[in-house]
Amino acid sequence: MARAVSNKTKTINTAIAGTIGFLMFFPILWIVVLSLKTEENAIRAPLEVLFSSDWTMESFSTVQARSDYFKHFSNSVIISLGSTFLGLLIAIPAAWSMAFVPSKHTKNVLMWMLSTKMLPPVGVLVPIYLLFRDFNLLDTRVGLTIVLMLINLPIIIWMLYTYFKEIPGEILEAARMDGATLREEVLYVLTPMAIPGMASTILLNIILAWNEAFWTLNLTAAKAAPLTAFITSYSSPEGLFYAKLSAASVMAIAPILIMGWFSQKQLVRGLTFGAVK
Amino acid sequence: MATKASRSAARLMISPAVLLLLGWMLVPLCMTIYFSFLYYNLLQPGSGAWAGWDNYYWFITDPSFTDAIKNTLVLVSGVLLITTIGGLCAALLLDRPMFGTGLIRIMVIAPFFVMPTVSALVWKNMFMNPVNGIFGRIVTGLGFPPIDFFGQYPLASITFIVSWMWLPFATLILLTALQSLDQEQLEASEMDGANWWNRFFFIMLPHLARAITVVILIQTIFLLSIFAEILVTTNGGPGTATTNLTYLIYVSSLLQFDVGMGSAGGVIAIILANVVAIFLMRMIGKNLDA
Repeated sequence: MARAVSNKTKTINTAIAGTIGFLMFFPILWIVVLSLKTEENAIRAPLEVLFSSDWTMESFSTVQARSDYFKHFSNSVIISLGSTFLGLLIAIPAAWSMAFVPSKHTKNVLMWMLSTKMLPPVGVLVPIYLLFRDFNLLDTRVGLTIVLMLINLPIIIWMLYTYFKEIPGEILEAARMDGATLREEVLYVLTPMAIPGMASTILLNIILAWNEAFWTLNLTAAKAAPLTAFITSYSSPEGLFYAKLSAASVMAIAPILIMGWFSQKQLVRGLTFGAVK
Repeated sequence: MATKASRSAARLMISPAVLLLLGWMLVPLCMTIYFSFLYYNLLQPGSGAWAGWDNYYWFITDPSFTDAIKNTLVLVSGVLLITTIGGLCAALLLDRPMFGTGLIRIMVIAPFFVMPTVSALVWKNMFMNPVNGIFGRIVTGLGFPPIDFFGQYPLASITFIVSWMWLPFATLILLTALQSLDQEQLEASEMDGANWWNRFFFIMLPHLARAITVVILIQTIFLLSIFAEILVTTNGGPGTATTNLTYLIYVSSLLQFDVGMGSAGGVIAIILANVVAIFLMRMIGKNLDA
């Protein structure tokens, strides 16, 4: 705001907003603290936990040793990166052609693609499960990668479309006038301008794929389970497992938290399909 | 610009995406509809006789269906109420001048990036555990008898967890919309003597109306499909206290292996989601200048 604001007002705002921010963030902060404690201390009263001086990285190594954590971590990496790049490969040509060679059907095609995203996953759970069983795709990374690619494809196409649409066509025409071939046009004119949009599309889709928890839970078992599904094995009812659960959780959410912070603005565009910018 | 050659090239470039999505939508959809008219249980080999509307009849008249619809409605509307009002307040607050805006915003938004199974497990164990959880300790510390959150208030507990995950989404979108508001308009109205409430009701709220609608519609689409949070915390129980429609269909198809029944439920879920989707699509379509 352009108006002068007194420091007192600012301080009050900061105090209120800071408290709310802290409360929202507290569960995440708390598992970071617990992950650095021994199991015996992790279940004590919160203040005792905080002031006990037994900070240790032990839980992280225990989690790996006892459950082969990194196998599932790499499942998550492979599935989310794989589905994103596979989706990109299919989405870039589609979004490019709709943005630069629009026809009278373009709007309908875009809306139809979006409508596939509105289909509740549980509505097709049975057939997908049976098809996966028959094609031996249950509990495989390939199968999961394909499904996640398909469920996120409409979002990738939509995001890319809105970014491509912002590139003025005149620039491309000017390049063509100057004698650029199609290859040069795409490589030297279009790509540099599209990189920021593509980067945020990639980021958002990795986040969505990493956190997807319907298909990953229903289509995987021990072998291909990514972290969303694997972490449920820590759901034992009672016992000394707070520190280990925390360590496993911290490792599962840390990469995505960092990516998410970088993609706040693009998130709005991607998740509202351009309805809010 | 668009020559005949580039048009056919464009059609070629878009076809893989169209074909894949078409296959992804049509094949399973037709299978679901087909299965929903069969007596088909994976545990009874040889089943597959035509069932007519029987599956629908049994699915809808089952008391757990009524419970599931009720739970779905309570869960969706509860989360919508909390996140929309809370998100509006948070957005208005974060839009004000303060120190460390970036850091505070990051803290508010962070829960959105936590995977559903992790948030459910963390809340269930570290906070809502009657003995060792922080909420549990607060309750007993104040001298009350310990509360078994998922036993006594199962649906409220899940609503709370899901709201924590979706509040950042509402906040982020409403904040983005708020920041696109013309500041001069606000200043002019202020000079004309409008107080904060006037400005809120007559300038900000109308400006936000669209974003609020988008938040409600998109969240509804996702909230109708809540699954992981229920699976991890209560398994739909106690009884059917936290079974929503998604979870009920999961139970009948993948736990009881009743493909016919599960498919009938699936068709009903698709119809319900479409009611919401039509409104959402219309809003997005208006904004699209293709």
